[in-house]
Amino acid sequence: MQTEKLSKYLKDGAIWGFIVLELIFFSVAGEFFSVSEKAFMDGDNMLLLLKQSAPIGIIAMGMTIVMINGNIDLSVGAIYAICAIVLLDTMTWTMFAGLGNWVIPLAWCLALLTGVVLGAINGLIVWKTGVDAFIVTLGSMLGYRGLVFMYNGEQPTSHLNWSLVDFAEAQFLGFHTATWFLLVVTAVIWFLMTRTVHGRNAYAIGNNREAAVNAGIRVGPHMIINFMIIGFLAALSAVVFYSESGSVNPNDGQLYELWVITAVVLGGTKLTGGAGSIISTFGGVVAIQLLRKGLSHIGADTSTVNLVIGLILIAVLFLDRQLNVKGKEELKV
Amino acid sequence: MTETIEPTTPAPVLRLEGIVKTFPGVRALDGVSLSILPGEVHALMGENGAGKSTLMKVLGGIHQPDEGLIIVDEQPVIMSGPLDAKAKGIVFIHQELSLADELSVAENIYLGELPRKRFGLVDWAELEAKTNTILEKLKVSFNATTRVGDLSIANQQMVEIARALTVDAKAVIFDEPTASLTDAEKVVLFEVISDLQEQGVGIAYISHRMEEIFKITDRISVLRDGQYQGTVNTADTNEEGVTQMMIGRKLDLSRNESHHELGDVALDVRGLSCGNLYQDVSFEVRRGEVLGFYGLVGAGRTEIAETLFGLRNPSSGTILLDGEEVRIHSPHDAIERGISLVPEDRKGQGLVLGMNCRDNMTLPQVDDLTSGPFVSDGAEIAIFDQYRDKLDIRTPGWKQLVGNLSGGNQQKIVIGKWLSMRPNVLIVDEPTRGIDVGSKAEIHNLLRELAAQGYAVIVISSEMPEVLHVADRIVAMYSGRIMRTFTSEEVTEENLIAAISGLETDKVA
Repeated sequence: MQTEKLSKYLKDGAIWGFIVLELIFFSVAGEFFSVSEKAFMDGDNMLLLLKQSAPIGIIAMGMTIVMINGNIDLSVGAIYAICAIVLLDTMTWTMFAGLGNWVIPLAWCLALLTGVVLGAINGLIVWKTGVDAFIVTLGSMLGYRGLVFMYNGEQPTSHLNWSLVDFAEAQFLGFHTATWFLLVVTAVIWFLMTRTVHGRNAYAIGNNREAAVNAGIRVGPHMIINFMIIGFLAALSAVVFYSESGSVNPNDGQLYELWVITAVVLGGTKLTGGAGSIISTFGGVVAIQLLRKGLSHIGADTSTVNLVIGLILIAVLFLDRQLNVKGKEELKV
Repeated sequence: MTETIEPTTPAPVLRLEGIVKTFPGVRALDGVSLSILPGEVHALMGENGAGKSTLMKVLGGIHQPDEGLIIVDEQPVIMSGPLDAKAKGIVFIHQELSLADELSVAENIYLGELPRKRFGLVDWAELEAKTNTILEKLKVSFNATTRVGDLSIANQQMVEIARALTVDAKAVIFDEPTASLTDAEKVVLFEVISDLQEQGVGIAYISHRMEEIFKITDRISVLRDGQYQGTVNTADTNEEGVTQMMIGRKLDLSRNESHHELGDVALDVRGLSCGNLYQDVSFEVRRGEVLGFYGLVGAGRTEIAETLFGLRNPSSGTILLDGEEVRIHSPHDAIERGISLVPEDRKGQGLVLGMNCRDNMTLPQVDDLTSGPFVSDGAEIAIFDQYRDKLDIRTPGWKQLVGNLSGGNQQKIVIGKWLSMRPNVLIVDEPTRGIDVGSKAEIHNLLRELAAQGYAVIVISSEMPEVLHVADRIVAMYSGRIMRTFTSEEVTEENLIAAISGLETDKVA
């Protein structure tokens, strides 16, 4: 029983231990290799880090739910790009010209709605056809990305609204707008997964679908809701990011699905479903961002960063597996 | 008891002597001796749990015996696993087929030992030639290149048999081979068995079906509670004699003799059929009654339960709940109408092992335990505490993962889950499978008590003592049909076994 607790503690706390290690390593290494004069742990640097975590982080919260539910969504990057286009483009439509700055909430709503609809399409197909979510969203990833290119060809879609940029760049209690969105989303999703019926049922379905069906849980609607949530969050992520940047390339958001899944898996969520934690996903998001930022702080280029993150992901999963195997053996005694 | 074959007969191909195998708390095999002669068909019989499958596992090297010898061709051997057994000429044809559907017949037969040419390439010509030689012996209608997935179950079984013949088989052991075969297919199988017999192969034939046993076997050996009861010549005995050996005198079962007032009919099923799984099934259950379903595995009992619970759609027939016709399309429907199912496979179908005890227990009704948008901890714990006390569930606390509990306590969690829903009809499928003896008795008493409290309870079981002990009436099923419904006064071990073995019984109303 004691070892079981220890192993659980190790697993739950692993991601935070990893973050602490990263901080120490980059602070020390930064002293020797840094190209900048500032310390790595500088307050502004950390606040910026949180802000930069937001686009991946917001989507990762949705991915955690979908993965706990036993599915996966590979189309988030494409949904992200579509919603960014909807956001920027609707603001330029002549029919909304008379609205002044009221066009901003309207554009936001349209973008978010687009995300929800695209997510619902994924969910509906997964539910009604029974095809694996991996395959369905692989298809929709290609399909949705196709829509992006159909819209504007290779051209970027741009529109800058300065009131929107002011809002997006604002800081409240030190945190940037994007960070606030990330924190609120994390809190809401955490409540959803730990305290509501929907969250409970999502865990049950992911852990043992047959038992969930036998308990009278309607699996399909829960799956659709989860795909709608991740669609919504992919849209929200786009809305937050492009409010500030004002220009979207048709290739934006590519590989986001992989970064998001990496963060979620680093946080300990199982690809097989039924287990996972929102708070740990938050840890996973921060850990990845720290790694990217830290490595560039000590002068590594992007390709090195990717190599290192890939290696770390495999190492972490190997460790996790070892801990799990150990836990099981202890139980047998 | 008596070995009726004189020692002057040919040396047995396979002999077991004094095999003992114990598991914690159970003496699964207690000094079993048995010999299989070349060219004979030797039936191995016994009730569920008598030790037949353990004996097979010992023979196949999956379990090592604690005591005793396995003797092949007069040589004591140690079986290290199924492959080793096969190499020694002992081959198993299991009830569950283990074939790769996407591969051809030839590839399946020589799986793992495909003939090779240079550079590790498969020698397709030789593979086909070798396979055809075997298939000719079996006189089958398919050829070496047919995809196994396209074959009927019976033909797939032929592939399994063909696989057995790639080695110089001394003894072939059939485990319930006819379970999924039609009558016509059985005839073909029996022909193959008699061909093998002529080639001097010893055959062990495990089956519950008396008619088959008396049709094709030469001798019958019986196991009961892990003990060898003796071997008789098939010609010298009859169904009654064998049944007597299977039940013995030891099992003086405590019968269900409690009588209390029965209430109204809670569930009335009329002429229910579901494809070829079961046909024309009619029965009723009253409040305050335990209705037992007894039959062999595959007789259609579980499928009826699944239909009542909305997991299968019946092809015809009606279901009446409290006199009102209902259609049940999903477990959700069933639960809303007050039908609950404690499934056969506790871990696979009943519990979410990664969740704690409380969450498992409240799973079907968690939507009703909310305050505002959130699940109410207090309401959940109250329900858990109530049923923990009522069912005497032993767990350190509700936070304990259900996967860490003992089988008996896990089963109580599942039962508690449904009781807390206050069902009209509680269906329990194999309530004590894999549960230790003490908890078994507790669960039996619990089921009796629930009936006394006015629940309508259906108990499906493959264990005769269990149905006799808990049920007020017993429905005997054989291959998808109800053979007879017994009251607890008229049922005997003999007529129950006869009914579930498909023998004609005088249909007393």
